[in-house]
Amino acid sequence: MANLFQTLVTGAGFWNPLAWLLGIVVALIIAYLLWTRGEEGWKKGTPQTEPFLSGNKEPGKDEVHIRAGNLYWGYLEALKGYYDRIVPLHTGDLTDYLLWYLSVMVVILVLVVIYA
Amino acid sequence: MIPDFIWTNAPALLVAIPLLGAFLCPIIGKISPRARNVWVGGIMLVTAIVALILAYRVFTDGTVLYTFGAAVPGLSIPLDSGGIPIRIIFTVDAMSAFMDIICAIVGFSAILYSLASESRNSGLEMYYTLFLLMVAGVFGMVSTGDFFNFFVFLEILSMASAGIIAYRVDGGVAVEAAIKYFVLSSVGAIFVLFAIGIYYGQYDALNMAMIAYRMQGSSLDMIALVMLVAALAMKCGAVPMHFWTPDAYSMAPSSATAFLVVASQASLYGLFRVLFTFYNLTLNAVTVGWIIIILGILSMVVGVTMAIPQKDVKRLMAYHAVSQTGYMLLGIGVGLAVLGNQPLMESFGYMAMNGGVFHILNHALYKGLLFLTAGAIFYRIGTRNLNKMGGLGHNMKWTMVFFIIGALAIAGIPPLNGFASKLMIYESVFIFNPILAIIAMVVSILTLASFVKVFHSIFMGPKLPEYAEVKEAPLPMLLGMGILASLAVIFGLFPDIVVTTLVSPAVHALTDQAAYIASVLGGA
Repeated sequence: MANLFQTLVTGAGFWNPLAWLLGIVVALIIAYLLWTRGEEGWKKGTPQTEPFLSGNKEPGKDEVHIRAGNLYWGYLEALKGYYDRIVPLHTGDLTDYLLWYLSVMVVILVLVVIYA
Repeated sequence: MIPDFIWTNAPALLVAIPLLGAFLCPIIGKISPRARNVWVGGIMLVTAIVALILAYRVFTDGTVLYTFGAAVPGLSIPLDSGGIPIRIIFTVDAMSAFMDIICAIVGFSAILYSLASESRNSGLEMYYTLFLLMVAGVFGMVSTGDFFNFFVFLEILSMASAGIIAYRVDGGVAVEAAIKYFVLSSVGAIFVLFAIGIYYGQYDALNMAMIAYRMQGSSLDMIALVMLVAALAMKCGAVPMHFWTPDAYSMAPSSATAFLVVASQASLYGLFRVLFTFYNLTLNAVTVGWIIIILGILSMVVGVTMAIPQKDVKRLMAYHAVSQTGYMLLGIGVGLAVLGNQPLMESFGYMAMNGGVFHILNHALYKGLLFLTAGAIFYRIGTRNLNKMGGLGHNMKWTMVFFIIGALAIAGIPPLNGFASKLMIYESVFIFNPILAIIAMVVSILTLASFVKVFHSIFMGPKLPEYAEVKEAPLPMLLGMGILASLAVIFGLFPDIVVTTLVSPAVHALTDQAAYIASVLGGA
């Protein structure tokens, strides 16, 4: 039973998930205590809970849902040069798949022979 | 407590039971769908129990030998064979038992899940026949001590996998994915067969321990090595031979995809077995170690970067599977690169290998879980397109919880299981080469970013009108996911006991070539 709570030694460091969990629980308790000391003026169901969009009416919920295609546009744009090269390699053509496989085998053979 | 028959014959039963289950499935399916489901579930449960019993025996008593056709299963070399183990021998050491455990857990969870997920489809007798053949193929590959037998199980696995990828015909796209997988697998298998021919021509042996014992590291051996490394790395989805993976993983039914992850890992096992058990110090470990490391780094980076822009949730997860395989290759590659240097092995080599092997187990759990959650969503809304999803967290709360566990685990967030194995890889690889460790950490951050997108796209946001009536996944599917999610949490909370009990013995079994040889040839 004692083994269950042993620390995992990772060579240069260590990891004890249960100690980590204990730390998280303590942090959550502190956060809760801070929260309970906050303002109690918030009233559910009143206009103060509605978002302020520069005075415009709030759109319907289904109109504002951000779908997957809208996410990480900036990331993909920043790495456009990389993606322009890597995506076309995935041709979906079985002949290309075989060519890659055989090419890798040849490269490995060359490396093994050179460094033998 | 455990019947003697099972205790003694567990290695053979591991393959015999799923084979029996597979071939009788079409007949029992004629009785009724319920009888078929009971049969399939029962067969997988019994197989999993036998696998766990065998693993228990291996981890307590040491390597288990099973010689088919011998009067005594442990008698590996007949008296009149000239000292050569001529029969088919299953050699189940700690590494094999480790893989058996993975196959048992994921196989049972996936079958349980499939009882509901595939219930609306026709031709289920064939589906379960193929599934059980896959199970037999994986158990055979990781348990056998005969290299030709390894090839046979590899072929059984490949053929069954191709059939199950094509199962949901889907306008021909699934069939196309299956053909790609099958052609590549067949070409790879031919090279495996060539390599077996080279060994047999030189050493008069097909037994793995005998080949290892007689291994000279000749030019022919190096050619065989190259053919095996390329074929098995391709089968486990290493970049740049990964192209079949997103096609096959996305088109197979999700319960089968979860098990295809294990099937890929069986090839990874084969790769490690060849490198460490066959060759060990007879090869240029630094060169081959770096080749494995480079394949690992390429897999990690290309896999995760290709995952991020995907819009099909299963293709996205398939690219992540490629990326995670990179971690395993990296850990094992670093161990291989310093194999001949005992101080470096003690300093970080064993830790890197422990991390890599532990990651195999963790990956099977969380990646299997993620594919099952994707399948649950497809089951309810009929699309894999992330752009068409949203707000499902309102209706599919349990599926969402299981997805969160899988996503956090794959991203290496503490205290889940993926964190423990990744930490072991980061720290040990950092000592070997800091740049490799930094790349590994960046890949983890990108993995988290990718799964934040997936989580938001599927579960967050308002309840969409088209999915207002969507219900939670059926109970068997939740149970299948629940088993994997629970183990991902438990292995994350108690990593030390898993490493001490399962992972470290597996790594030592893998690296200790002499012990493997002695376990078979020492029994003469």
